[in-house]
Amino acid sequence: MTAIKSLDDLKRIREEALAKKQLKTSTGGIQVIVGMGTCGIAAGARDTMKAILTKIETDNISGIVVTQTGCIGLCEKEPIVQVVIGEAPKVTYGKVNPDIAKRIISEHVVDGKVIQDYVIEGI
Amino acid sequence: MREISLHLLDIAENSVAAGASSISIGVEEDYHKDLLAASVIDNGKGMDPDTAEKVMDPFFTSRTTRNVGLGIPLFKAAAEACDGQLNIFSTPGIGTTITITFKLSHIDRMPLGDLSSTFLSLLIAYPKIHWTFLYKVYSNDQADSGKEFFFDDTEVKNELQDVSLCDPEILKYFRQIFETGILETKITQ
Repeated sequence: MTAIKSLDDLKRIREEALAKKQLKTSTGGIQVIVGMGTCGIAAGARDTMKAILTKIETDNISGIVVTQTGCIGLCEKEPIVQVVIGEAPKVTYGKVNPDIAKRIISEHVVDGKVIQDYVIEGI
Repeated sequence: MREISLHLLDIAENSVAAGASSISIGVEEDYHKDLLAASVIDNGKGMDPDTAEKVMDPFFTSRTTRNVGLGIPLFKAAAEACDGQLNIFSTPGIGTTITITFKLSHIDRMPLGDLSSTFLSLLIAYPKIHWTFLYKVYSNDQADSGKEFFFDDTEVKNELQDVSLCDPEILKYFRQIFETGILETKITQ
């Protein structure tokens, strides 16, 4: 595998990303939020975040915005991942290890099926 | 938390919460001085001296979701257990700088850990913040001027303009920059 590092490479990647973007415009915003308070980090949230980014990279999924938030007061349920797709209500998952994080991306974000086993209800 | 880079992520999250628009994280390992020094510098809202003192106390927090804040006290205790210290320099309206030192060879010193994941998480999660990351290593040789990995996101963000940092190819680009840059700088003992 050749390492891509130069700004010229970045220019090319940007053009390609823009071209892809024009192909899919009406998908609606997809946001994936990882809890990254002290409680989340101590429970492994950085590895959860990394698994999400790796999944996006290996499965070549465009159009997801991954962001982080602080402690939401459910420290015992960390690592917490929230998914917001378009106008649908926010879904909050608890105890999300890297494997579950990858499943959330493929099953919920890509295929649209909420993984009920890990949903924290009543938020 | 068993990695210095996890604690640095935690401190940087505080800087984000303080409304910083520019955050710098630096890590230096000096094998000649037997010292590991790290810093997180932000231009967030800052703290008055009284508050800066209180954040060292585990039973103080500015958060409203629970009433203990363990991030800084635990990091401070870890440094002090390794002949080091944690200092906070903060000015309201200007920003906060947190510096931490460890004796590099101290038996109890936690590993630096996965610094590239800490950098990547922050860069991707907070695209509106101006990030600079530095990792510098000095060898045992006193005359060594050091090897460093330095990343300032200004140029790449100008280049990317409106394209999301979460695009798979762009993620790969940054991941490789961080992983390669840090690996090439690191001295494996």
